[in-house]
Amino acid sequence: MGFLNIKNATKAYGDVEVLHNIDISVEEGEFLVLVGPSGCGKSTLLNMIAGLEEISSGEISIKGKTMNGVHPSKRNIAMVFQSYALYPNMSVAKNITFGLEMHNVEKSVCKAALADVAKLLQIEPLLDRRPGQLSGGQRQRVAMGRALVRNPDVFLFDEPLSNLDAKLRVDMRTEIKRLHEKLKTTMVYVTHDQIEAMTLSTRIAVMFEGYVQQLGTPKQIYDTPSNLYVATFMGSPSMNLLPVDVMDGADGSQFELRIGDQVTKTVQLNGQRLPAGRYTLGLRPEHITDPESADLESGKYLMIESVVEVVEPAGADTFVTTKLQDIAVNTRMRGDIEVATGEVTEFALDLRRLHFFDPKTELRVELEAVGS
Amino acid sequence: MSNVTQDTAVRTSTVTRIFIYGLLILFAAYYLMPLFVMIVNSLKPLSEITSGNMMALPEVWTLEPWRQAWSKAQIGIEPTGLKPYFLNSILIVVPAVFISTIVGAMNGYVLTKWRFRGDTLVFGALLFSCFIPFQIVLIPMAVVLGKMGIAGSIPGLVLVHVVYGIGFTTLYYRNYYAVFPTELVRAAQIDGAGFFRIFWRIMLPISGPITVVSVIWQFTNIWNDFLFGASFAGQQQPMTVALNNLVQSSTGVKEYNVHFAGAILAALPTLLVYIVAGRYFVRGLMAGSVKG
Repeated sequence: MGFLNIKNATKAYGDVEVLHNIDISVEEGEFLVLVGPSGCGKSTLLNMIAGLEEISSGEISIKGKTMNGVHPSKRNIAMVFQSYALYPNMSVAKNITFGLEMHNVEKSVCKAALADVAKLLQIEPLLDRRPGQLSGGQRQRVAMGRALVRNPDVFLFDEPLSNLDAKLRVDMRTEIKRLHEKLKTTMVYVTHDQIEAMTLSTRIAVMFEGYVQQLGTPKQIYDTPSNLYVATFMGSPSMNLLPVDVMDGADGSQFELRIGDQVTKTVQLNGQRLPAGRYTLGLRPEHITDPESADLESGKYLMIESVVEVVEPAGADTFVTTKLQDIAVNTRMRGDIEVATGEVTEFALDLRRLHFFDPKTELRVELEAVGS
Repeated sequence: MSNVTQDTAVRTSTVTRIFIYGLLILFAAYYLMPLFVMIVNSLKPLSEITSGNMMALPEVWTLEPWRQAWSKAQIGIEPTGLKPYFLNSILIVVPAVFISTIVGAMNGYVLTKWRFRGDTLVFGALLFSCFIPFQIVLIPMAVVLGKMGIAGSIPGLVLVHVVYGIGFTTLYYRNYYAVFPTELVRAAQIDGAGFFRIFWRIMLPISGPITVVSVIWQFTNIWNDFLFGASFAGQQQPMTVALNNLVQSSTGVKEYNVHFAGAILAALPTLLVYIVAGRYFVRGLMAGSVKG
């Protein structure tokens, strides 16, 4: 039984079910990120936790108490909205204390709480201003202040950073992380940005078409994506997918990899095997790299030579596109590498990081050790 | 200003300038002419008018026509002047404007922030009321007012104007509130504010510009209404009806100077509202209509 429990929660508008049997249990102090493309139901789920949308069936409980039918203001939650939703007619100080005032908190207590929050977020000089006079980052802080001052059981964030410019977004991300580390309050955070999801969360729920596709730590999600959807959604540039025919070999399974237009190389899965058949092979760009960036001594790399098709320098890395299995494959090389389009260069392919998916069910298929 | 215009892209020669300003002055004079005639003639004795000098300035300046129009002139059968009718108009206009505006604001709030099944249909029906000609509803309205027992009274007339005004005021406020994110209401809900508290503390305080529009619109429309006033007011007729009675009286000498003074008196309040709040009018109208 978690701190925040979502049990078999479903949301339907008329006959259209938009969320299907969601089961998530969040422990106290966790930072859960709901991530997915727009329309996947993540904001609806958050609104259901907040009580802004009714739950069609199932149960949501906080601290062991069921929240079905409980008014948003009585759930002891606080929410930060995408548009900040600051009251335009009130000063920053009033914005922050409005909730306390509505809960008939004494004036002196309000004042002390306001001072604490203002200090924590460093917005003391702004308290007399109106939201219209603030910059985007400042508004964001005030919106967080309004949530913090309530001292809630659960914080809910609805894409709070998506209205900020790129640099400020990274700064605020760090700040939210720091805040969580300091307060240790349970947080649920909705975003469509997988980097935000990876960096902030203690656990991620990847959502698509109203289903939780996978729930796990950022590492689990990234290293062992449970299906093709999660595999391609998390990671940028996204995972390369190649169709391969796996056969039985001398020591575990093997498959043929076509490199460029002529060469074909046999890839041995030394000591590991899969049932023979057609699979979708998943390869993250950073696991096909230049020999200098690879840990070659491990002996777990496959060296291939292939033609460079596109070079995209990105500063820290250089993204190089080549062709495997007749499909353009994105690879990540070190930033100062010198390669040119049309050149043949060496790629090191990390054999420990191969992902296999069933092309029909799109589910992950685990390798088995030979002889077990 | 002059040094600014010299730097702008469009340069105009002196001749063009003279032509443009000449044309503008001509039109301004054309539009101001009736007002000029009214003011000038309301300030001279009747004898000066009847001798044929409509356009000339008064030889003898006098306020007597104004005094006559305000408190002595024969309206219908009573020599009361326009004064009591002016008060009637105030008693009709103030509550009607207030009620229709506040109801419109509430409707706009519900139709944008508390949406329900069929809300667009309700809004459509309300909008439809803006397009029903007054004449069509006269008889049904009379029946309803009679059944409610407020026929021929000021409350009855207030009700008529409120009912007719709600369509427009709802349109204004709905379009104005549609621009504000619904998240505002959700944030307030989480903060613990209820339906009315959100309306009073958050929505109304941000409604300044559109309230000016609504008040001006309703004020001028209700103040200038003649048909409903003539049909439903009974003995407590508004200013417009009284003015008609004054000007259209068929007995005795036509006192043009008194008529002019009376007409200006009848137009004065709306003029005042425009002068005081006019500059907000266009601003609010834009905010309400374009962004919605």
